[in-house]
Amino acid sequence: MNRYSFASLVRHGIMGHRGWKPAWRDPEPKTNYDAVIVGGGGHGLASAYYLAKNHGLNNVAVLEKGWLGGGNTGRNTTIVRSNYLLDSNARFYEHGMKLWEGLSRDLNFNVMFSQRGVINLAHSKGQLEAFRRRGNAMRLNGIDAELLNRDDVAALVPGMDVSGDVRFPVEGGLLQPRGGTARHDAVAWGYARAADRRGVDIIQNCEVTGIRRDHAGVSGVETSRGFIASKRIGLAVAGHSTQLAAMAGVRLPIESHVLQAMVSEPVKPVLDTVVTFGAGHLYVSQSDKGELVMGGDIDGYNSFAQRGNLPVIEHVAACLLALFPQFSRLRILRTWGGIMDMTMDGSPIIGTTPVPGLFLNGGWCYGGFKATPASGWVFAHTMATGQPHALNADLCLDRFHRGRALDEKGAGPKPWAH
Amino acid sequence: MLLIDCPHCGPRAQTEFSYGGAANVARPPAPEETDDAAWIEYLYLRDNAKGQHDELWQHIFGCRRWLQLRRDVISHEIISCSELRRPLAEDGP
Amino acid sequence: MADFRLHSGGLIDRDRKISFTFDGRSYQGYHGDTLASALLANGVRLVGRSFKYHRPRGIYGLGGEEPNALVRLRQGARAEPNIRATQIELYEGLVARSQNNWPSLRWDAASALGLVSRFLPAGFYYKTFMWPRRLWPHYENFIRRMAGMGRSPEAPDPDHYEKCHGHCDVLVIGGGPAGLAAALTAAEGGAQVWLADEGAQLGGGCLNDGDASAARDTIAALESLDNVTLLRRTSVFGKYDDHLYGLVERTGDHLASPDLGMPRQRLWHLRAGRAVLASGAIERPLVFANNDRPGVMLTSAALGYLRTYAVRPGSRAVINTNNDSAYGAAAILAAGGIEVAAIVDHRHMKERREIPGAEILHNHAIIDTRGKKGLTGVTVAQLDINGDAVPGSERQLACDLLCLSGGFTPSVHLYSQAGGKLAFREDIQSLVPKSEVPGMTVVGAANGDFGESEFIAGGAAMDRPVSLRKFRRKQFIDLQNDVTAADVELAAREGYRSVEHVKRYTTLGMGTDQGKTSNLNGIAVLSDALDRPPAEVGVTTYRPPYTPVTIGALAGRDVGPFLAPDRRTPMQECHEKAGAAFVPAGLWQRPHYYPRPGETMTEAVNREVLAVRRNVGIVDVSTLGRIDLHGPDVAEFLNRVYINGFKALAVGMCRYGVMLRDDGMIFDDGTVARMAETHFIMTTTTANAGPVMAHLEFYLQVVWPELRVHMTSITDQWAVAAVAGPRSRDLLDSLDSDIAFANQAMPFMAWRGGAIGGIPAQVFRISFSGELAYEIAVPADYGPAMWEMLLAAGQEFDVNPYGTEALTTLRTEKGHFVMGPEADGRATADDMGLGAMLSSRKEFVGRRSLRLPGLAGGDRLHLVGLMPVDGRSQIPPGAILLDKEMAGRAPDKAGHVTTSVFSPSLDKPIALAMARNGRQRLGAQLWAHSPLDNRIVEVVITDPVFVDPMGERLRA
Ligand SMILES: Cc1cc2nc3c(=O)[nH]c(=O)nc-3n(C[C@H](O)[C@H](O)[C@H](O)COP(=O)(O)OP(=O)(O)OC[C@H]3O[C@@H](n4cnc5c(N)ncnc54)[C@H](O)[C@@H]3O)c2cc1C
Ligand SMILES: [Zn+2]
Repeated sequence: MNRYSFASLVRHGIMGHRGWKPAWRDPEPKTNYDAVIVGGGGHGLASAYYLAKNHGLNNVAVLEKGWLGGGNTGRNTTIVRSNYLLDSNARFYEHGMKLWEGLSRDLNFNVMFSQRGVINLAHSKGQLEAFRRRGNAMRLNGIDAELLNRDDVAALVPGMDVSGDVRFPVEGGLLQPRGGTARHDAVAWGYARAADRRGVDIIQNCEVTGIRRDHAGVSGVETSRGFIASKRIGLAVAGHSTQLAAMAGVRLPIESHVLQAMVSEPVKPVLDTVVTFGAGHLYVSQSDKGELVMGGDIDGYNSFAQRGNLPVIEHVAACLLALFPQFSRLRILRTWGGIMDMTMDGSPIIGTTPVPGLFLNGGWCYGGFKATPASGWVFAHTMATGQPHALNADLCLDRFHRGRALDEKGAGPKPWAH
Repeated sequence: MLLIDCPHCGPRAQTEFSYGGAANVARPPAPEETDDAAWIEYLYLRDNAKGQHDELWQHIFGCRRWLQLRRDVISHEIISCSELRRPLAEDGP
Repeated sequence: MADFRLHSGGLIDRDRKISFTFDGRSYQGYHGDTLASALLANGVRLVGRSFKYHRPRGIYGLGGEEPNALVRLRQGARAEPNIRATQIELYEGLVARSQNNWPSLRWDAASALGLVSRFLPAGFYYKTFMWPRRLWPHYENFIRRMAGMGRSPEAPDPDHYEKCHGHCDVLVIGGGPAGLAAALTAAEGGAQVWLADEGAQLGGGCLNDGDASAARDTIAALESLDNVTLLRRTSVFGKYDDHLYGLVERTGDHLASPDLGMPRQRLWHLRAGRAVLASGAIERPLVFANNDRPGVMLTSAALGYLRTYAVRPGSRAVINTNNDSAYGAAAILAAGGIEVAAIVDHRHMKERREIPGAEILHNHAIIDTRGKKGLTGVTVAQLDINGDAVPGSERQLACDLLCLSGGFTPSVHLYSQAGGKLAFREDIQSLVPKSEVPGMTVVGAANGDFGESEFIAGGAAMDRPVSLRKFRRKQFIDLQNDVTAADVELAAREGYRSVEHVKRYTTLGMGTDQGKTSNLNGIAVLSDALDRPPAEVGVTTYRPPYTPVTIGALAGRDVGPFLAPDRRTPMQECHEKAGAAFVPAGLWQRPHYYPRPGETMTEAVNREVLAVRRNVGIVDVSTLGRIDLHGPDVAEFLNRVYINGFKALAVGMCRYGVMLRDDGMIFDDGTVARMAETHFIMTTTTANAGPVMAHLEFYLQVVWPELRVHMTSITDQWAVAAVAGPRSRDLLDSLDSDIAFANQAMPFMAWRGGAIGGIPAQVFRISFSGELAYEIAVPADYGPAMWEMLLAAGQEFDVNPYGTEALTTLRTEKGHFVMGPEADGRATADDMGLGAMLSSRKEFVGRRSLRLPGLAGGDRLHLVGLMPVDGRSQIPPGAILLDKEMAGRAPDKAGHVTTSVFSPSLDKPIALAMARNGRQRLGAQLWAHSPLDNRIVEVVITDPVFVDPMGERLRA
């Protein structure tokens, strides 16, 4: 067996690393599976892993149109947190947080989950009050949260300008100490390898082009590599949920938008926490490699382009310098964009659909990376049993029809406003 | 950065505009007589076309008119920009 | 120390000597040098350490492709890490330091990592550091400290940056021969032409050709045309939508500090009708063991140092090649006084070229190099048909310079950013543009057309770049990130087969040079490992920026106080003079309270509240949004956007209204006054002034275009003060005014126009505090005069100016909700207890959604009041309400505290809250629990109106 450990690294090192086996197989698609998951991102792969692990379903395929992890899983700013206000969101994300904490060992793949703390800054009394409410709600949901005053923030983030003579002085913040970052690619790879070891077929370069239905529900998918039959189809295609759902005749409360991210050149450690600015759109952390990893707002109009424009990048730069004026002479090394499902209430949609056998895992907006383990967990449950798990009961598509939108920001049905 | 050719003000940078979502979503004229399904459809469901997309933008730092754009959401190319075309729910020009 | 400078030639100015220091030692160079050329001239070869193994590294390239020679430039607040020595123009007093080493560049402790490097292959960290879990933070700490490169500056940047916008017909990117020619042609055709080049001098490859006279003529011709703008030291870093290009012009980087008043860098947003991409090509290295020692260099770089800077980068050279370009280069090096010991050519060729004095080794490859901190020699061997070394054929050659010439890679980054597709051309073993993209033409070497340049010309008959198939020792592909051929092979072996997987697994091409010299070699190795042609292996996406862009340049002037505009009411100076404490409210600064000497905030706020309840207070409410509506259909329009009716509102009267979004949630509230039959003025909340305007315009223009209504925002045109308190009428009556303020003349919710103390005014009898109150609106410029007049006249009534904190207390005592804490975007009008306001006789925005089950259902949160059961304890702000029997268990929350104040009027703490089914639970006792500060207070649910529930005071 190809277990990863310090010992195996040394053993293979002595042999010149020629003995390592592929992390996953490269199988030809079979004609029939018990379950097919469309989309080889973190969510699709995690779902397959938990289908096999928790529900004993091994005859499962993950179909990925490109290379696995090449969607938003490999493009995000890797922030992991469960600091949500609304109960339905908080409990779901906290389940994810708990899974994250044991993930490297569960997968036998170091996903470099780094619990360095996530701070949301407040710049006014009103913001701090809102954080009080959120923090209290979190604590009562069993989630760690601390309210920080200005001095606490200064002590936690030494380089930050918390002086009063800036445009938006820092008043305090909400800290989730267990929040942090993880290595995004490793999450996809780790789940892929672990799922593969449980018999899941991971099929790359296989694009789903149609969904076949019969009287009972779905019967399979048309792909660039031929028809694949299955009575259980799960969609986990991030920015393309509407396209895939439309293949089965389902319309969704989702628009696709581009979100950009960027990294600076690597420098020695200067920032040990994840910081979210409260008077503009910026979140920043420093990767283990030394790059400052930053993101901001979506560009704000429908897009499938996987690239964005300068205004957002310039705004992110300005917000960064508002907190850390000393970073002015550092340079941005790379910028990129990913296409995200933006839902009408800013919360994800995960569960059943009106079409029997068709399941949806989408609408992740800015924040689906942190959800990866929990999403896979409950989606596997939903696909295996046909019923949502308690944790995603409120996150199903029918909430819109029931007038129970989960509007975490209270911004209304404008996807670009969440 | 998009360059939007406002029929009133001429070509202006996208930063002068704010986005208003899909243009082909017409508000039911008599909401109280509309059933739940149709109302939900209007409120929440979108085609989210991958290709040419009809959408609304408001020229907030200009003439403040709501405008209708047809834009390719893959290349971002703006195919047309005009006053609103009516009725909204029908397919474009 | 040996002097490597030639006595003549080059583009340096020998009359202008420049002193500089590197790692604390002083050196001399000339004006026109780069730091790299000056270091080479002084015989300095070791300049940096690599990212992962801390291997000694030297100068490798000539410009932006440099992977190794990254230094920390300048000192103090101007210090910046990771700057390429090849792009630093020398100036007097320049200070540079090497980085990523300890204790010194020569003796770097971390280079010991090289000894265990066999246990640190690509991605090793994914396979270990998992046990025990609690140690991971320590492992991570160590990883972080080893990684990174330079150190971040620690003090704010003393320089400033600016942004400019430009427009042109043609943007030419690159000032080499192809770009210059294109610019001239376009300019002669009458187009507005901009030409940008990264270098200080135009000419590109011509500069290295020694004879730049043709280029000089073209440059002179371009300079003489007024439709041409030449931008030197300017990188075109990105192509964005609708032909927008991002450019950074380095206006001050070649100086010790920018000239007085000048920005350090300038970010251009340039819209170009079309672009000509003439960005040239970058030479590729060849890959073999220990191919990274100081003294190993791209051939084109060696030529550049010789010709542009008159520096010999070594004394005795070996050239390693797989194409014809090396032969011309050898002749040039020899002419420059460098002894060319050998040309090692991978190819097996019948036709032999002679270079005097140099040994020509065909069908040979370099298999290893020697030298600790600088190259001293190479091992060459003959190749067999499989590309392996023929045993016994190895030979040692002494040299201190090894020039690598593996062909040229067109710089197609911006073409790719523009959406262009690439095709693999076998003859030059490179990716080239496949077809035109709209608005961009690729010319010259960037297009794979190497015809124009003397040394790129021999690009044909290229061979594989890798010497040996057995990747035993370190054969570096990506020098900056220490990615070896073995790493790429390992990735392929482990199933990371997509070129994107390889990049991410090994970090190939992810350094600050973005793989300009390594990407294609990576593809070649991967293509071998997978046994697939390079064309199928493909290429990773080129992501902007082409060269790294300073964060300061991207932020421009939006720094310090200028991050966002500062909004000030007309009375701001009055408040400042009065010593108000301010609180931010969106972009505004509003008076929070007005402390008197020796007063605490609580004391001040209590005094202000009581002044309003007992006498009179004034507050600046100019920040509220104000919208002027004209037209015959305004009443109908208002009827449709508010939940309550507006048709019957009489001229001279005001009405409070609540607006919903179409999903049924409260969007905003405010008052509307009917000024005339077809003229209304609406107020909005401060935060929502903009969104309400856009919301109304949407319904007016998009949904009901038939309504004849004209709207204008007039927030900035008016200064508004509310005069509130039982003696507010007395105060106003004491002023000289033609308005009758008496109850009969001006009842509650009436408005009147006239003049007060000679100032034209509109007076609205509306109240937020629950007291008898008047809002006085005057044209903005009269604001301070009105404010001072009210304060002066108010003295006899003990008038108190009050701030937002007192305002909050007053409205809490009255049970008024506000947008944000109570109406948080998830609340309906009924939740706020305004069910009776919902008109059932008309359609209005949001009404239809109220019938959806979730909104009509029985378990919604209602606005309620809270009082501490003990009558004393402050109710924790932001606390969660728990049913008593639930406390301690996973709680189903009963609601939450939204606003908590001390009520001076009741002399006890009170709060507003949103409680589940709260209106049905009046009198119920709950816990208000705030785990954040570890407080639990027993509270009782009350009606939200604590003061004057019948509203007698405001009608008085
Ligand atoms: C710039 C950016 C920053 C972000 N930052 C964060 C963050 O800090 N924290 C956080 O929690 N979240 C963040 N997110 C969101 C997060 O990345 C996503 O929500 C999450 O990764 C989604 O995972 P996924 O597996 O659902 O999607 P993906 O990883 O996108 O996987 C979907 C896969 O489906 C494939 N696919 C699509 N169509 C088809 C088809 N027809 N047939 C077969 N396969 C198909 C795609 O190729 C893709 O690989 C960010 C997103 C972006 C773009
Ligand atoms: Zn306009």
